[in-house]
Amino acid sequence: MTGYLVAILTFVSLAVLIGFALNVQWGQAGMINFGLAGFYGVGAYTAAILSKQGVDGFTATVAAIALTAAISAVVSLATIRLREDYLAITTLAFSESVRLVLMNETWLTGGTNGIRDIPRPLVGLIGGQYYEAFFLALCLALVAIVYAVLDRIIRSPFGRAMRAVREDDVVAATLGKNVLALRVKAFAIGGAVIGLAGALHAYYFSYIDPGEFAGFITVYAFMTVIVGGKGSNRGLLVGACTVMVLLEGTRFLKDFVPFLSAQQAASLRLALIGAGLILILIYRPDGLAREYRLSVQNPSRPDANS
Amino acid sequence: MGSAATALQDSLDLRIVSDLPAARAVAPVTGTVERPMSDVPLLQVLGLQKTYGGLQAVAGIDLDLPGAPGGRITGLIGPNGAGKTTLLNIISGVERATAGRVLFRGNDIGALPQHRLAAQGLVRTFQISRDLGQLTVLENLLLARPQQTGERLMQLFAHGKRVRQEEEAAIETARAALLKVSLWRLADAPAASLSGGQKKLLELTRALMLKPKLVLLDEPAAGVAPAMEEVLIDTIRGLAAEGVDFLIIEHDLDVVAALCEEVYVMAAGRILTQGSFADVTGDARVVEAYLGLKA
Repeated sequence: MTGYLVAILTFVSLAVLIGFALNVQWGQAGMINFGLAGFYGVGAYTAAILSKQGVDGFTATVAAIALTAAISAVVSLATIRLREDYLAITTLAFSESVRLVLMNETWLTGGTNGIRDIPRPLVGLIGGQYYEAFFLALCLALVAIVYAVLDRIIRSPFGRAMRAVREDDVVAATLGKNVLALRVKAFAIGGAVIGLAGALHAYYFSYIDPGEFAGFITVYAFMTVIVGGKGSNRGLLVGACTVMVLLEGTRFLKDFVPFLSAQQAASLRLALIGAGLILILIYRPDGLAREYRLSVQNPSRPDANS
Repeated sequence: MGSAATALQDSLDLRIVSDLPAARAVAPVTGTVERPMSDVPLLQVLGLQKTYGGLQAVAGIDLDLPGAPGGRITGLIGPNGAGKTTLLNIISGVERATAGRVLFRGNDIGALPQHRLAAQGLVRTFQISRDLGQLTVLENLLLARPQQTGERLMQLFAHGKRVRQEEEAAIETARAALLKVSLWRLADAPAASLSGGQKKLLELTRALMLKPKLVLLDEPAAGVAPAMEEVLIDTIRGLAAEGVDFLIIEHDLDVVAALCEEVYVMAAGRILTQGSFADVTGDARVVEAYLGLKA
């Protein structure tokens, strides 16, 4: 049971990181990204391929972060002249292209067989039996660091300018903000965080194949962000846990209703997940928390931030 | 009833506050560093044209705002579809001209990206207020401040202290500006929650955070309650007295009469005439353009 909880919490950490990324790109900067799975794949494969080549875990992770951020910047630059809906389509197409490359460039990615035996960082030092717990601690620490860095950005003049571009890019430009640069930076920041999440994914499972980087990752990320409250990272922490409880908790359904066949239970599970999300959105249509807003007149008010 | 009383209260507040020679968000135009301003016109529009497909919205416009002494309020009037907003859009970089040039303080700004104009001292507002709704009133103002260290990611983490100090100073400046237009009590409210007139005031105040030389106002009085209209007029007058130039598009001719020394009249993409308000409204061609009569 402890092992199961550790695994679940590790998944939650990864979901939180992906959610953080989407919260910057979509929640703060208003740039929709339907291709999260593809960027996640880029991060995972970069870390995996480099680690297999004998590069140490830290360097491989940094490379995964840098490459995913760079590709994010390029994708956002390529679509910047298009309206927002086209960014959605383009990112979706990017995600599919990544999957096709991963499946077909066998010399690099192993194709549909994936990459196995990805070396886990520091595994020799920690020892096998404690490794899962160590990895969870590492993930939680990284979540904390990313949270702190993003929080600083969100509360800064940069974050303010980013939200201004989301609200009305013409006004932001009129007020002297370089909209293009802000959008590219926001997308790249998100990309860096997804790259980190992807690298952790590769290390955790030590096996990856193209099928893992499919649309459901993107869908879960949007679920966590919407439940948590678009733009709020604090809300996201709760949102990611809530979504995970819905996804995992409903697995135990068949234990409580033994008269259902496995297939019926599986279908009912999905229905319950949907119903749970609808209930949350009925009672909290804007999510569980609100995005950061500067408050100068009554800073002690409890709902003053995030 | 309640809202009218509040608006009146607003206007009273403003009168009281604006009597003070308070700390200003806007530095008066001194022009000591450069050549005497009288040499260089503030804004020159030369043979400007804009065509959308077959439609010529602006058909060759010349317009000249003198550089000295500053603090002039120029009106731009004309019937619907005359091309006023298109002209404003081109001057402010929202749209590109098909032909012609725009010089601002002697520099050709026709090809500059929109966000570079603010630094040159040129800023505009919009006919339908474009508040940044989810940002608070105060954040709307803070955003407009130029040259913020905290807008650069590297600087943000390397010079946290400087960013904090700049923010504190900016909040003080913004506070003074908001007090002056009686919006300080709403500083923490999202801009989307303001009334139409308050949004116009916010837009104007926000524009002034950039310390502009010239402010282009697109229908500042549209959708504003009468009591608030007076507040707006007084605010604009007060700013002009401090040396800020305005170019104003306005349909409400009472507002134009109250504010503008000089008025340009546009019709069908051209400048019909220019002169004092009394001159142009006495002009038969202007009456014809407005009423669509054939003389």
